[in-house]
Amino acid sequence: MIPELGHFALILALLLAVVQAIFPLAGSLARSGAAGGSGNRPWMAMARPLAYGQLTMLIVAFAALTQAFMTSDFSVLYVANHSNSLLPDIYKVSAVWGGHEGSLLLWVLMMAAWGAAVAAFSKNLPLPVVARVIAVQGMIAVGFLLFMLLTSNPFERIFPVPQEGRDLNPLLQDPGLAIHPPMLYMGYVGFSVAFSFAVAALLGGRLDAAWARWSRPWTTVAWVFLTIGIMLGSWWAYYELGWGGWWFWDPVENASLMPWLIGTALIHSLAVTEKRAAFKSWTVLLAICAFSLSLLGTFLVRSGVLTSVHAFATDPERGLFILLFLCIVVGGSLALYAWRAPEVSDGGRFSLLSRESALLGNNLLFVAFTVLVLFGTLAPLIYEAFNWGKISVGFPWFNKMFLALAPFLAILLGLGPATRWKRDEPARLIRSLWWALALSVAVLALSALPILGDGDLWVPVGLALAAWLLFSHAAIVRERVKNKGGLTHFGRAVLADLRGGGRSFYGMVTAHIGVAVFIVGVTMVSNYQLEEDVRMSPGDSHDIAAYRFEFLGAQQVPGPNYLAQRGEFKVYRGDREIARLFPEKRAYLGGGMPMTEAAIDPGLFRDIYVSLGEPVGNDGDWALRLYYKPFVRWIWLGAILMAIGGTLAVSDPRYRSARVRAGAKAGAGDKAPATA
Amino acid sequence: MPSPNPSRRYPWFTAPLAALIFTGLLFGATAASAFTLEEFQFDSPIQEAEFRELIGKLRCLVCQNESLAGSQAELAQDLRNEVYRMMREGQSQDEILTFLVDRYGDFVLYDPPLKPSTYVLWFGPFVIIAIAAFFMIRSILSRKPAVDEDISESERERLRALLESDADTTPEAPTKP
Repeated sequence: MIPELGHFALILALLLAVVQAIFPLAGSLARSGAAGGSGNRPWMAMARPLAYGQLTMLIVAFAALTQAFMTSDFSVLYVANHSNSLLPDIYKVSAVWGGHEGSLLLWVLMMAAWGAAVAAFSKNLPLPVVARVIAVQGMIAVGFLLFMLLTSNPFERIFPVPQEGRDLNPLLQDPGLAIHPPMLYMGYVGFSVAFSFAVAALLGGRLDAAWARWSRPWTTVAWVFLTIGIMLGSWWAYYELGWGGWWFWDPVENASLMPWLIGTALIHSLAVTEKRAAFKSWTVLLAICAFSLSLLGTFLVRSGVLTSVHAFATDPERGLFILLFLCIVVGGSLALYAWRAPEVSDGGRFSLLSRESALLGNNLLFVAFTVLVLFGTLAPLIYEAFNWGKISVGFPWFNKMFLALAPFLAILLGLGPATRWKRDEPARLIRSLWWALALSVAVLALSALPILGDGDLWVPVGLALAAWLLFSHAAIVRERVKNKGGLTHFGRAVLADLRGGGRSFYGMVTAHIGVAVFIVGVTMVSNYQLEEDVRMSPGDSHDIAAYRFEFLGAQQVPGPNYLAQRGEFKVYRGDREIARLFPEKRAYLGGGMPMTEAAIDPGLFRDIYVSLGEPVGNDGDWALRLYYKPFVRWIWLGAILMAIGGTLAVSDPRYRSARVRAGAKAGAGDKAPATA
Repeated sequence: MPSPNPSRRYPWFTAPLAALIFTGLLFGATAASAFTLEEFQFDSPIQEAEFRELIGKLRCLVCQNESLAGSQAELAQDLRNEVYRMMREGQSQDEILTFLVDRYGDFVLYDPPLKPSTYVLWFGPFVIIAIAAFFMIRSILSRKPAVDEDISESERERLRALLESDADTTPEAPTKP
């Protein structure tokens, strides 16, 4: 009964989405429709309640599916395929999005949540804009809900009812992966808001700084979610797959990276549009691309056209539907763009040396990165389509290509924030950055000396670039604080600035320092990690990078829905025991491949990592893989700093000033001028 | 990692069943993989590093997307042994790669070599990037009647009006996204 209610709620959501896609938009275009106040107000006013209704229906559907999982209702096909009565409760919840149908339901639920959030937090937007944005959200929702109801209904029943469900893919029975998809989807779907704002602006024929101001916080929030989602995925792959890497350039990983890269370009180009009213039509194009790449990612993951180690649920027929949907969304929005964008005047001249030029360079590089990822991911398909033979494009290709461009990005990243809008003087720039440059050259020299003649210069280059980012941002912060008159009371001046309008500035600095931290992590772990495969008998010891691993043997340990072989290790540094590690090899009762659970002793400067391979012989010997990974945490730490920076930037009072002024709390937000 | 708790409401047959499955899996596993990487003895750490780098760059042909180094598939193990044997015989990396490419085609290489058939792969992206950059720069730099100020006066006016015109909405609790 409850699954049928869920199914019914989905159908109602579809009907609401259809209404949502038509009436608010029609209302906003009725008569002149251009300026606030005209148009058909009752129709436009439907937008907000419809967005809330949409969210309510999808919450009902999602709750119904969760209930079926919690009660192990195996008469629902999807539950029978992705759950098991032995599954721990927490994974019964995460199993809701453990397969194709459920992850789609999560996707539309989040999309409705974003729509409702736009409806709720857009009190300072003119009604026609809100109506158009929510209508575009409705159109996308129609596509996804149709897709679900026609090809992937999570509430489908099965008869006869199986006694027991198949298990959730053991790879997914992990806390990291339980929250990775929701975060990733929040990011993907969040770009739909940026997309809707862009399309709404094109429909209304009004692209201005106000538009950029409105869509900027939404885009940044989506970008923050995507950053965290990708970081979690990388971290999960690192400790769960047992191969010790953090990025493999797998098609599915690339699918999430492409929207992130374009999204990064977008949040920078939105800054130009908001502050200088330049780059307008280009920014709109980026917003369209960011969401289109999210859809493309979904298509690549769900259709199985690309072979990937992550392809959990694939089905070519569904792929066809998504492809069609993709064509409609991309084709439609690009056609609208081609029709409307030429009317947009791009204001704001700037000279060659200016913040605008630096951000132009940023956009150029991020678009280049995206082209690289897209091309590398699709190249095997292109080759097959043209009968040029079967090729593999893997990490060596991507690494070479990225390393060719990444240094330029890092250099530019130190320069850009130091330059002024509109035009800057080379002499001024040198005056404020010379010591940052000198210090990073010093780092380059110092780190190059010990390995001179070794040939591999990536370590000094990486460290010097990270130092350059750090010091140039220190210079930028120093300059800002000085201009605010507070170098003597540095800490207090920064705090005051943070309370005032400085948050987006410090958010930017934090995110950029995150890039420096990330570069250090990647450089160190790629060049200095140690990895050894050994066979050890109980009682054996093995040395790796100043650490001694003592293997105490493995024994069988039962888990809730699996049986584990659990090894025990003592790790010594010198004579001091610093960690005990318990790597596991699990056999899940639901069947499938045995899973490796690596044991990691994490540290800020190094991880020690052990994974169990296979038992060998009859004396309790095991084949083991031991790793020493210096600075690997810095990779994720960098991503976390980027996310914190984004969050800080969004909390800038200037995004709320108008509302605060109009609302009950007067006074607090007036510092930031409305037309910054 | 949740610590395993053995005494939680499972039917009596769970443990024996699991033990059976696990033994089966282990036997299957040991039978399939007499290999361990430790069996590969090397003369020097450099040779071992070379071997590891080599199998890292080769694709396991029957897997979804895994290198020979990462895969547990039987074919991957055979190929690992093959590569090891050839290395011990003193063949160079290039000779080993040529042999594998002759047998399996370019598909086996994660790092496709630069040759006429892969020109598209290696240079294609840069052509696309150049075209994209051209259109992008044109779209940004070519502007209509240039407005030589940050925001034109009319836009500034409208922005101010929009940000302040909350007339059509009743103010509610100030919240932020």
